[in-house]
Amino acid sequence: MNDFANFLSQNADWAYLIGAILFILTLRGLSSPATAIVGNRYGMVGMALAVVSTFFVAQNPNTAMIISAMIIGAGIGIYRARTVPMTQMPETVAMMHSLVGLSAVLIAIAAVLHAGTYHDKVHRFELFVGCFIGAITFSASVFAYGKLAAKKWAKSMKGAWVKPVQATLALAMLGFGADYFSTESLNSFYAMTVAALVLGYFWIGPIGGGDMPVVVSLLNSFSGWAAAGIGFTLNNSMLIIAGSLVGSSGAILSYIMCRAMNRSLFNVLFGGFGADAGAAVGEQKEKNYKSGSADDAAFMMGNADSVVIVPGYGMAQARAQNAVKELATVLKAKGVTVRYAIHPVAGRMPGHMNVLLAEADVPYEDVKEMDEINTDFPGTDVVLVIGANDVVNPAAKTDPSSPIFGMPILEANKARTVMVIKRSMAVGYAGLDNDLFYLDKTMMVFGDAKKVVEDMVKSLSGGGH
Amino acid sequence: MNELIQQATYAVQQTSSVPFVNVFTVFVLAIFVGYYVVWGVTPALHTPLMAVTNALSGIIVVGAMLQAVTIHGDKITATSILGAVAVLLASINIFGGFAVTERMLDMFKKKKK
Repeated sequence: MNDFANFLSQNADWAYLIGAILFILTLRGLSSPATAIVGNRYGMVGMALAVVSTFFVAQNPNTAMIISAMIIGAGIGIYRARTVPMTQMPETVAMMHSLVGLSAVLIAIAAVLHAGTYHDKVHRFELFVGCFIGAITFSASVFAYGKLAAKKWAKSMKGAWVKPVQATLALAMLGFGADYFSTESLNSFYAMTVAALVLGYFWIGPIGGGDMPVVVSLLNSFSGWAAAGIGFTLNNSMLIIAGSLVGSSGAILSYIMCRAMNRSLFNVLFGGFGADAGAAVGEQKEKNYKSGSADDAAFMMGNADSVVIVPGYGMAQARAQNAVKELATVLKAKGVTVRYAIHPVAGRMPGHMNVLLAEADVPYEDVKEMDEINTDFPGTDVVLVIGANDVVNPAAKTDPSSPIFGMPILEANKARTVMVIKRSMAVGYAGLDNDLFYLDKTMMVFGDAKKVVEDMVKSLSGGGH
Repeated sequence: MNELIQQATYAVQQTSSVPFVNVFTVFVLAIFVGYYVVWGVTPALHTPLMAVTNALSGIIVVGAMLQAVTIHGDKITATSILGAVAVLLASINIFGGFAVTERMLDMFKKKKK
């Protein structure tokens, strides 16, 4: 038995290699829904392999303590995974990023306090990097969680004072880090950690709700880098590989989100979007729009040949996805072609709308990405916009003075008729008016998205008209 | 400041066991692998991608386990307690991440029939 344990501990790197390959296959599997589940299983096997071999690598592990911690963690994790509604996925993901960040901080502090280990300069440098990335990830993700879950304590910060505070905290963090590096002072290490924690909080503070897809992706990336940083400290290739995979994944998602808003990452993180939008809102004119009832809208859709549904954050907020699916079913029964058009930044995280629609049993083939469907709008009878705004704003194409000019949009304005379900005429997150709402062919339907869509279903299936 | 950077560079080159460049090579190549693999992920599955990468970041549990150890005969030390708490947090991510990914992917699969 002892020989076997020795064998395992000496060959753990092989197990880590297999684990790393399985992790790569996990991500590879996500290239299509058909292979994704198998990929997820590969990930589980890889993780199990890594955890089991680590028991043999660790010097005198407190097995009982580790296993009980794992059981508690597993219980919490699985409970949450089973019960969380899909509408709350963005904040759940943010919460999970924060856990990785906090783990990184705890591991770094544990390593610093680890009796009988000497930390040379390399290790101190790596501990510093792993710890501060972890700390920023933790506090920033907690704040992002608060914003996504609309908690009262997560109010947006505004004002000129934010940037100097951020800069001071960043300098303090680097200063204490440098001091720890040269003197190995424990207090400097703690002070550095605290500065990084506060910095994370103030970093996300000023960023608005509509930019959350970028922030969530970026924190996803950070949580990976934090794991990789700890991997460097421990010279563990499995951690480094897994961390880099996650890190680059989050970075690519951030890039995709930024591209879909035609903004640079720098602009999202450090430029106040609300500030430039203010001027554009100033010259508001009285404009006329048409509004109608759910019954009117239902009647027109029932007589159409093709309908494209454009969902946005408003659909998630109103939890209207099941009602929307009902509507599509009723329309299809009448021979109407129904498809969905998804803008990359619709919702609060990448792929948010796709998951909500999948939850409501919408066929995967009916859900189209922006590039696939944009050419089809001119031949579409009715576009039904549900709780989306900036992603269908034609000003992005036509008005060079608009702050969102150049952002790729769903060209709903090219359809024959447009219907917009909205709670009121209030502006979107960018603070912009939307010309789409004032077109002759546009009809506004005011009310709660879920209620309105349910009324449409009733009207269509009741055959009242 | 310059001196510090020099020291850091020097220190980084002088790693005790494994040469830093070896570890760094693994790091850089893994980023490239990640880059190409993730561009292949279909946009519809971006939310499951985030959830599963959350589970994968839970690999940090390996680092936590290496701290939750008996040190000089002491089972309970600040290090081992911090390590155990980190194990707990990382386990939430591992189990929760894989489970919620599985749940989401099931929703996508149903339609494939």
